[in-house]
Amino acid sequence: MKKLAKSPWMLHYDASSCNGCDIEVLACTTPKYDIERFGIINTGDPFQADILLITGGVNAQCESVVRQLYEQMPNPKVVVAVGICACTGGVFKDCYNIKGGIDTVIPVDVYVPGCAARPQAIIDGVVKALEILEEKRRNYKEEKKEER
Amino acid sequence: MMQVVSVLAYLLLAPLAGALLDGLDRRVSARMQGRQGPPMLQPFYDLKKLFTKQMIAVNSVQMLLNLSYLVFLAVAGSLLFAGADILMCLFILSTADLFLVMAASSDSSPFSTLGAGREMIQMMAYEPLTLLMAVGFYLATGSFQVGDIVRMPYSAVLTMPGFLLGFMFITAIKLRKSPFDLSTSHHAHQEMVKGITTEMAGPTLAIMNIAEYYEMVLMLGLMALFFLNEHWWSWPVAIAACLVVYLLEILWDNAAARVKWRVLLDSCWVVTLLTGGLNGLILMLVR
Amino acid sequence: MAIIPILIAWPALMALVIPSIRDTAIRGRVVYLGAGVVMALAAFLLVGWLQGGGGILDLVGPVPVIDHLMLAGEFALMALIVVLCIKYKKYPVILLSVAQTVLMAWSELTNPVESPTHLRIDCLTMLMIVIVAMVGGLICIYAVGYMKAYHHHHTEYRDRSGFFFSMLFFFLAAMFGVVLSENLIWMYFFWEITSVISFLLIGYTHTEEAINNSFHALWMNLLGGLGFAIAIVVAAQTIHTVQLNEVVADGAVIPVVLLAFAGLTKSAQLPFSSWLFGAMVAPTPSSALLHSATMVKAGVYLLIRLAPAMAGNMTGMMVSFIGGFTFIAASMMAIAQNDGKKLLAFSTISNLGLIVACAGIGAEETIWAAVLLMLFHAVSKSMLFQAVGSIENCLGSRDIEDMHGLLLRLPKLTYIMGIGIAGMYLAPFGMLISKWVALRAFVDANNYLLVIFLAYGSATTMLYWSKWLCKLVSLHHTKVQVTDVTRKDQYFSMYIHAGATLGLCLLFPLVSSKVVTPIIQELYGTAHEVLSMSVLTTMAIMLVSVLFVPALMFLLTRSTHRDYVPIYMGGANEGDNTYFVNSYGEPEHLYLSNWYLRFEFGRRRLMRPGVIISAGVIIVMMCVIIGGAV
Repeated sequence: MKKLAKSPWMLHYDASSCNGCDIEVLACTTPKYDIERFGIINTGDPFQADILLITGGVNAQCESVVRQLYEQMPNPKVVVAVGICACTGGVFKDCYNIKGGIDTVIPVDVYVPGCAARPQAIIDGVVKALEILEEKRRNYKEEKKEER
Repeated sequence: MMQVVSVLAYLLLAPLAGALLDGLDRRVSARMQGRQGPPMLQPFYDLKKLFTKQMIAVNSVQMLLNLSYLVFLAVAGSLLFAGADILMCLFILSTADLFLVMAASSDSSPFSTLGAGREMIQMMAYEPLTLLMAVGFYLATGSFQVGDIVRMPYSAVLTMPGFLLGFMFITAIKLRKSPFDLSTSHHAHQEMVKGITTEMAGPTLAIMNIAEYYEMVLMLGLMALFFLNEHWWSWPVAIAACLVVYLLEILWDNAAARVKWRVLLDSCWVVTLLTGGLNGLILMLVR
Repeated sequence: MAIIPILIAWPALMALVIPSIRDTAIRGRVVYLGAGVVMALAAFLLVGWLQGGGGILDLVGPVPVIDHLMLAGEFALMALIVVLCIKYKKYPVILLSVAQTVLMAWSELTNPVESPTHLRIDCLTMLMIVIVAMVGGLICIYAVGYMKAYHHHHTEYRDRSGFFFSMLFFFLAAMFGVVLSENLIWMYFFWEITSVISFLLIGYTHTEEAINNSFHALWMNLLGGLGFAIAIVVAAQTIHTVQLNEVVADGAVIPVVLLAFAGLTKSAQLPFSSWLFGAMVAPTPSSALLHSATMVKAGVYLLIRLAPAMAGNMTGMMVSFIGGFTFIAASMMAIAQNDGKKLLAFSTISNLGLIVACAGIGAEETIWAAVLLMLFHAVSKSMLFQAVGSIENCLGSRDIEDMHGLLLRLPKLTYIMGIGIAGMYLAPFGMLISKWVALRAFVDANNYLLVIFLAYGSATTMLYWSKWLCKLVSLHHTKVQVTDVTRKDQYFSMYIHAGATLGLCLLFPLVSSKVVTPIIQELYGTAHEVLSMSVLTTMAIMLVSVLFVPALMFLLTRSTHRDYVPIYMGGANEGDNTYFVNSYGEPEHLYLSNWYLRFEFGRRRLMRPGVIISAGVIIVMMCVIIGGAV
C-alpha cells in the first residue's frame, strides 16, 4: 500500500444512529480488533481526516452538518457509510424526518451493511476504502499537475 | 567546528530521531494496552501523507505562525547543541511556544482558542522549573554555558537530583503526555476535538509535527545535560538515561488520566518548589 | 550650562501660559511648540554635555534666595492641600502634609546646612533627562489629539484641557528638578510637587471615584514625603550634610532607609500599590506620564542612586524583598484583569518591583539591569498606554475582551500594541535581556528568594501578556464597523515610540556600553562588562531570528495556494465563522473569552494578603534597622 493507504485517519460521525453501529466502530479500536495496526487513527477532527465514517441515516437536523464536515476535509477523501441506516435509511427510511442514506447528501464510496455492522465488516470496509483513497490520491496529484 | 557539526546534526537528524521515538512511543503504548500497534515507521508515513494532502486553511496567517514556531524551535535547539547559553535557549523555547499559541488563537475557533488558553496555562506551569533548572546548572557548574556544563569532571545529576525529578515531571507537559496533555493530545477523541491543532490540516499539521519532533529532541537534550561530563562514557549513559526517562513518560501517559488545569498548575508549582527550589537552596548554601 | 535652569523653567512657563489660551487650535500649537522645545533643550543639553566630555558637572552654588523661595513654595503646596482637604472633607491627610512641611521649615531655620552644590549632572541624570524629555514630550503631543477625542466621547465631564496640559508641563518641570537636584532639600521640593500634581491629575474628571482615588494617591505619596523629610532632618542633624551623594557615600543608615521608604511609596511598591491603579481614572496621557517617564520613575531613580549604600545590608534586604515580592504579586494580579489600563498598571507595578529588587541588591550587575529595565520600560509602557488610549477612543471600551480580532479592525494600532507587548517580555527585547542579567546577578548575590520570585514571576508575566497578544491576533470578523479616529499627532508619537523600541533592541550592545556602563562607573567607581562577547553573539542570532523569521515566513507563505474553509464548530458553523446553529436551529453569535482565573489570582484574593505581608515586612525591618542604628 502507498502513502495515503498507510496512514488513513478517520472521522467518525453519528448522523442519526441508534448507537448500535457506533459501539461497533469503537470496538474496532479495542485491543481485540486494533485498527491502529493499519496506521488508522480515529481523529475527531475533519481537518485532519481522510475517511469520513458515518453511521445512521441523514435527517433534517444533521444534513447541513454532514455537508459541512465533508467540506472541511482536505482532498483526497473517502466516505464510508456504516450500517444499513447509513446505506439506505434502513427501517427508518420512510420516517417523516429521515432524508435517506448518506448518499442522498454527499457521495459515498463504500457501503458497509449490517444492523449493527460487525467490527470485521467495518474493518473490511475501511480497508476497501483505502484502495479507493489511493486511486483518488493519484487522480488528485494528476489534477494538480495539470493545473500547473 | 564541533559546534557547527553538532548544530547541523541537530537540524538534520532531530526530526528523524523524533519521528522514530514517536513510532516507538506508539508501539510501546499499544503493547501496554495489549494491542499490536502500528509499525515503527508510522510517523514517517503520516508525515508523507500530510504533505500530499490538499492545502486547506481557515486564514492566511496560520501557516506563517506555524512555520515561525518550527524555526524558533530549531533555533532554540541549535543554541543548546551549539553549547551556548542555556537560559537563552529556554527563553527562545517559550517564544517559540508563543507562536504556536498565536497560531491557534488566530483561527478564532472555539476549540483552538480553548486549547490556546490551556497551552498558556501549561507554559505558566512549567516555566518556573526550567528557569530554576538553569540557575541550578549555574550553581552546580559555575556557568550557564552548555559547553562548560558538559565538560564538568562529574555529572550534574550528582548535585542536582531534585532538578532531575522536577524536570521529569514537567517533561510530561512538553511531550504532551497524559496527565498534562491539556491543550492537545496525540490520542483520539477528546472533549475539545484536537485543541490547538484543530484547524491545522495537511502540510500545516505536518509542520507542527516536525516542530514537535524538534522540541522532543530538545527536551531530551536538556535531560542529557544532567548526565554528561568530560568522560566519553557519559554519552552512552546519557542516551540510555534519556531513553529510560522517555519510557517512564510513556508509562505515565498510559497509567494516568488527564487532570484539570488547576491540578496541573498547583502540582507543577509545588513540585517545582519542592524539587528544584529545595535542591537549588542546598546548592546555594554549600557553595 | 546655562541651559539647565531653562530646562526647568521652560515647561514651568508653558504650564503658566497654556491655561490662559482658550482657543483649542492655538493651544494645540502651543503644546506642540512647548513639547518640541523641551525635547530640543534636552538634546542641546546632551550634546553640550557630551562635548564637555561627559562626566560629573556640579552647578549652582549657594543661593539662599532660591532656598527661601522653595520654603515658601512648600508652604504654598501645604496650603493648597489643606484647602482641598477641607473642601472634600479628607482631614487626616492634612496632618501628613502639615507635619512634613513644618518639620522641614524647623530644620532649615534652626539647623541650616551649607550646601556646596544644588544641581549636578552625571550619566544617570542625563539618561533620566533624555527619557523624561523625549517620552514626556511625546506624551504631551499625543495628548493634544487625545483630549479632543476624549471630551468628544465624554461629554459628562467638564472640559478642563487647559488645566490638564498645564499640569503635564508642570510635571515635566518637576521631574527635571528631581533628577537634577543634588541637594536633598531641593529634591524634596520637586518631589512634593510631583505628588501634588499627580493628585490633581488623578482628580481631573471630578467624579466621586476620581476624587477618592486622588486623595488615596495623595496620602500615600505624602507618607513617603514624610519619610523623605525625616531623612533630611536626620541627615542634617547627624552627619551635617544634605547632599545626596555624601549621604550615600557616608552610608548613614537612618536617612538611607527613610529615603528608600520614600522611593518605595513613589514607585508604588506593595503595600503602596493601590494608588497607581486608582490613578487609572484619569485621562490616558496622564496615566502614560505617571507610569512611564515620570512619577514612578522618580522613585526608582532615587533607589538606584541609593543602591551603593544598600548593597549587602538590612536596608538592601528590605528593599529587594519588597521589590521581588511586588514583582510576583502584581504579575499574578495582572492575570485577572480584563481592563486594558488596569492590566498595564499592574504590569507597571510588577516591572518596577523588579527594578526595585535590582536596586536593593545594589551590585553592579543588578544596577546595570535596573537602568536598562527603566529605559526599556519607559518607552514600551508609554507606547502601550497611548495605544490603549487610542483604542479606547475608537472602540469606546478598553476591555481586552472587546479587542478580539482587533488586527482586522484597527490594524495600525494593533501593530503598535504588538510591538509594545513583545517589547515587554519577549526575547530578545531589552526587558527580557535585563531580566536575564538580573537572574544571574541574584544568584551571584546569594539571594535565592529573589531567584524564586523571578522564576515564578516570569511565568505569570508571560501569561498575562500572551493572553492579550492572542486576543489581538485572533482573525475574527465582526459586523460592527469601527472607524479609526486616532489623530495624526497621536500616531506621530506612537510611531516614534515604536521606532525607539525596535531601535533600542537593535542597538542594545551600544546602549549597554555607551550609556549604562558609564553610569555604573560613576556609581561604583569601577565597571566591567556585564555581557560577554558570546552572549552578544547569541543575542544577535536571536535578534535576526525574531525580526526576520516571521518576515521570511510571510514571504514564503504568501504565494502558497490555499483553499479556505470555515472553522470547525462541530459542523454547525453558519459559514461566516461568526454564528453557529444552536439547539433551537437558530443562529447564535460566537463569543470567545480569555482566561482570567479570577478566583485564583484576582485582586480580591491576593491584594489583602500581599499588603499585609509587605506592610509587616516593612514595619518590622524599619524598626530593626532604625532601632539598630540609634
